[in-house]
Amino acid sequence: MRVPVHRRITRRLRHILRVRSMRSIGGDVANLLFLALLSIVMVIPMVYVINNAFKPLEELYLSPPRIFVQNPTLDNLRDLFSVMDTSWVPISRYFFNTLLVTLVGTSGHVILASMAAYVLEKHRFYGRNAFFSLVVVTLLFNSTVTSIPNFVIMSSIGLVDNYLALIIPAFGSPLGLFLMKQFMESVPNAMLEAAKIDGAGEMRIFFRIVMPSVKPAWLTLIIFSFQSLWNSTGGVLIRSEELKPLPYALNQIVSGGFARAGAAAAVSLVLMIVPIVVFVLSQSQILDTMATSGIKE
Amino acid sequence: MMAFKGGPRQGVGAVFRKIWHDRVSYAFLLPFAVVFLAFTVLPVVISVFYSFTYNNILETPRWVGFQNYIRLFTRDDVFITALQNTLLFALITGPGGYILSFVVAWFINETSSSLRTLFVLIFYSPSIAGSVYVIFGVLFSGDIYGYMNGFLINLGLVSDPIDWLNDTRYIKMVIILCVLWSSMGAGFLSFVAGLKNVDSQYYEAAAIDGLRNRWQELWYITLPMMKPQMMFGAIMSITSSFSIHEVTLSLAGFPSAGYAAHTMVNHMWDYGYQRFEMGYASAIATVLFLMMLLSRKLINRLLERVGH
Repeated sequence: MRVPVHRRITRRLRHILRVRSMRSIGGDVANLLFLALLSIVMVIPMVYVINNAFKPLEELYLSPPRIFVQNPTLDNLRDLFSVMDTSWVPISRYFFNTLLVTLVGTSGHVILASMAAYVLEKHRFYGRNAFFSLVVVTLLFNSTVTSIPNFVIMSSIGLVDNYLALIIPAFGSPLGLFLMKQFMESVPNAMLEAAKIDGAGEMRIFFRIVMPSVKPAWLTLIIFSFQSLWNSTGGVLIRSEELKPLPYALNQIVSGGFARAGAAAAVSLVLMIVPIVVFVLSQSQILDTMATSGIKE
Repeated sequence: MMAFKGGPRQGVGAVFRKIWHDRVSYAFLLPFAVVFLAFTVLPVVISVFYSFTYNNILETPRWVGFQNYIRLFTRDDVFITALQNTLLFALITGPGGYILSFVVAWFINETSSSLRTLFVLIFYSPSIAGSVYVIFGVLFSGDIYGYMNGFLINLGLVSDPIDWLNDTRYIKMVIILCVLWSSMGAGFLSFVAGLKNVDSQYYEAAAIDGLRNRWQELWYITLPMMKPQMMFGAIMSITSSFSIHEVTLSLAGFPSAGYAAHTMVNHMWDYGYQRFEMGYASAIATVLFLMMLLSRKLINRLLERVGH
């Protein structure tokens, strides 16, 4: 029996667009159209940043401005290191500061939050529920709102103007613990018990069994921690020029005016692209973790 | 509290024995707990305490009762402006970003998996791209060379360039657009992941039970199953929408024209770091905490009604 052409096309379209019933083709097309249009609005600022990094100086100051680069050049990226090397603190130092703070802060956070999440999820002890409730409540209060008392605490323990002022608070971020604990539900208890019967200690169980089975959650903790540390300007916590992170340098270069516009465009690109690349590399695993992120009240 | 062998009627000795027995668990929790308590919980406690004191860092804090709060609400016009602005921003970018995140996540879930990856990347990127929002300053630049002005003039919609970032009528709008643009963060990812994981069996069963279209499916099946993720997303939205700060500094400057973009966090930083009135700044922080907790309660109530 021959299937009419329009049926075949519809079927084919259904297959391409999606597979479920209760869907009209018109709705599916409208859906895609909506997403595509909104996507364009979303990417304009980012496309602009990418193009700027490759624009020669006269194009950066073109009027009226254009989004797309006409004569791409690598001068800006080259300038980034030469121009800034002549200033008091070389740009490579800012870059190093941001990298150090981000890497140390993020790795410490993943380890400390995972250890805490493991016992909160798999062990039974006094205070466990109370502690976790406290974590869930504090998800509301980010570092912007607690900045002032945080500064007072940092100055009273003498950590102002020290990398540690940025690194240590990152270790204890409630968001990471929360996500890790929720994800740990998926680690089968039978596996842990079997290891215990075999005589493995808690340390061994944690590092050999628990940590390898929650890899997707690591990546999620990494992206959130990475992103907040990577974008930190140091604010009032870092005073010395040679300890300031890269986003601070960007602000300085931007206010430096015309001569540094090229370097500013290049720094913007570097700052933007790194977290995005980290996300692209870990997207599917991050989504696995976020599926367990719900809060049951 | 925890239930364990022997039931609730136990002596103090048994409690200590239980704690000693679990020492390894406490040891695992300890490093995180110390940092978390010192740099997340303690600041909140200190804020509340300082809000009842006069404190300029140099001298020891002096107890002043509710004076900081009285001053905030009766004698500080700029604070009242900041409060109004913060509420306006929070009311628009909070629910706005939340609904946008959900709608986009839902739409993305309706596409095939290869497109899904691409769309998630596009919508999520602005929230992790850091200071890229600076670009909004260029897009909405006040002269004829700003993109938005150029665009509107070309279309013939306006004849003279609009000074977006210095005109009190437009500053808020530009900031709201910028915040919405970068509002699809952790909550959005949670929605995408949650939607993907709703078991397709429920949909099949619902189709047999006579649900007609994707809207009914959304209300009766998807939303109720997504409640935990929706609570998480709500918390993320509250956090970010009440703490709008750096965006206003970089787009509208400080202070913004006519304080049109002045938020409570701006006000708090001004008093804390410029004037070193830590007690006063802490009172602002405490008001913010209360507003956030209240919103959380409210959203909890609302979510209970979903699917009925």
